[in-house]
Amino acid sequence: MTTYQNNDHLAGDFYTQNFAKTAGEGNLILNLGPQHPSTHGVLRVVVELDGEYIMRAEPVLGYLHRMHEKMAEVKTAAQFIPNMGRVDYGHALGWNWAFVGAAELVGGIEVPERAEYIRVITCELNRIASHLLWWGAYLLDLGAFTPIMYAFDDREKILDILQDPTGSRLTYSYYRIGGVAKDLSADCIRRIQEFIPWFRSRLPMYKDLVSDNIILRKRIEDIGVIEQEVCRRFGATGPVARGSGIKYDVRRAQPYSVYPKLDFEIPTSNLKCARGRYDVRMAEMEQSLRIIEQALEMMPEGEVLVKGAPKPSWKVPKGEGYFAVEGARGKIGAYVVSDGGKNIYRTKLRAPGYCNLSLFAEVSQGTILADAVAILGSLDLIIPEIDR
Amino acid sequence: MIKEALNTVSDLWSLMVGLRVTKDYFRAPQVTVRYPWKAVSNIATYKGHLELVGGKTGKPKCISCGMCALACPSNCLTVVKRKPPKPTPEEEQALAEAKAKGEKPKDKTPKDPEKFIYDFTLCSLCGTCMENCPVGALDFTGSAYLAGYSREDFHFDLVQLLKNQAGLEGMDASAAPETGQSEA
Repeated sequence: MTTYQNNDHLAGDFYTQNFAKTAGEGNLILNLGPQHPSTHGVLRVVVELDGEYIMRAEPVLGYLHRMHEKMAEVKTAAQFIPNMGRVDYGHALGWNWAFVGAAELVGGIEVPERAEYIRVITCELNRIASHLLWWGAYLLDLGAFTPIMYAFDDREKILDILQDPTGSRLTYSYYRIGGVAKDLSADCIRRIQEFIPWFRSRLPMYKDLVSDNIILRKRIEDIGVIEQEVCRRFGATGPVARGSGIKYDVRRAQPYSVYPKLDFEIPTSNLKCARGRYDVRMAEMEQSLRIIEQALEMMPEGEVLVKGAPKPSWKVPKGEGYFAVEGARGKIGAYVVSDGGKNIYRTKLRAPGYCNLSLFAEVSQGTILADAVAILGSLDLIIPEIDR
Repeated sequence: MIKEALNTVSDLWSLMVGLRVTKDYFRAPQVTVRYPWKAVSNIATYKGHLELVGGKTGKPKCISCGMCALACPSNCLTVVKRKPPKPTPEEEQALAEAKAKGEKPKDKTPKDPEKFIYDFTLCSLCGTCMENCPVGALDFTGSAYLAGYSREDFHFDLVQLLKNQAGLEGMDASAAPETGQSEA
């Protein structure tokens, strides 16, 4: 008598089976994730290993899909703003800005100048917080535990500052169509002014503690080399493209808001490896401080929300528009199509992480598994943003 | 050969520099807060759950217009309006007289809501309701320590909550969360 034995769990799911078809003889197929600590969430990478070398890698997405784009179709424009804070927990204000900017573009709404400066200041502060989060988590991936403590000490100060106008600490919903929700208080401005020199004094400490450390240098130099041609082919933006020497920054390439009036540099690196991306992010924090400093000086008095700002029942006029901002991970875009109805007809969100991740399959080919984790971390992936 | 040796020395030196930072911070004062015994001091600007703002008489300022419920992206608010009070016989007579004269009867229904049901499990604290309130009757509490045992603990009746805060009725532990205490 034979007993039925269910071996389905050993056969793998659709992705594994499909992947296995073209696997080499004697190679091992391994799932990296979806619950792997180094993938920062629920990213799953199916890899084919020959010994310790990666022959092929294929990211599998969709474990954190929350249908933000679909939700935009059943809400009015103003009601959709809270969603944008949840798309990317690292740089929530960048997403706020992309959607609000697109709605303003289609609706033809002017934003008061003070609100523009407040947006620049808060967005850049958020960028520093995002880079600090990446810095701590990346080093955690590489096996260094304490740096995240230093990073979170500083990040906490930024969160305290941003908590004042926004009221939250991570998933901000602060920008409104036609301005921002609340003015920066005098206390908040004083705290930002105190933060700038303090954080500047911390950056050399980061350099001494980690950046110059020989163990880190040996670990991340010359791994994950991304050629410029690969960046262009996959549409990589942000520090990933700049780490390969492409001088592309939305703040300069498609100037928006008051960025043309501000003086800052776009740091790039010609190393092309994980170290290059690391250097770019560290330099970007310094540039963000410069931007905040100038914006605080140039910020005029006045309204922060335009008179007659859209109410939740506001209908976006018929038309379409695309608005892109520079997020901590690259170009964040929102494409809004309206047919003049109650809700926006279609909203397309362009996530930088999606493009940055897609080049991983090519870059990780031939590297060893331990390096693949270091490459994955250097791309600064935030999974909720990739899946949306 | 010499270059290689110098490189090794500089590599080792980078480790010493890092250790110096560690040593400096080892002696620095603690930056974290020992939570159960001490609470953080920065929650003044934190947005907790919603509350109704009381007027001078202690009644909520709310006029039951329902703008907040309409504006809410996640449908977490329900405003229950008061029913018009049953008129006394004298009033009924006055009403009939007014009707005969062709006057419009005055609406004597109190404007404050009977119930203001707020589902905190759905709320994303965006502040859209607050911004759209014509009388400024909604506000965020600073309560960062709200906790409950069941889902129902986060379904509030904000009118009841306001009454509890004013001390008119017995305190309900789940309905009136305690705000941060610095020392225990």
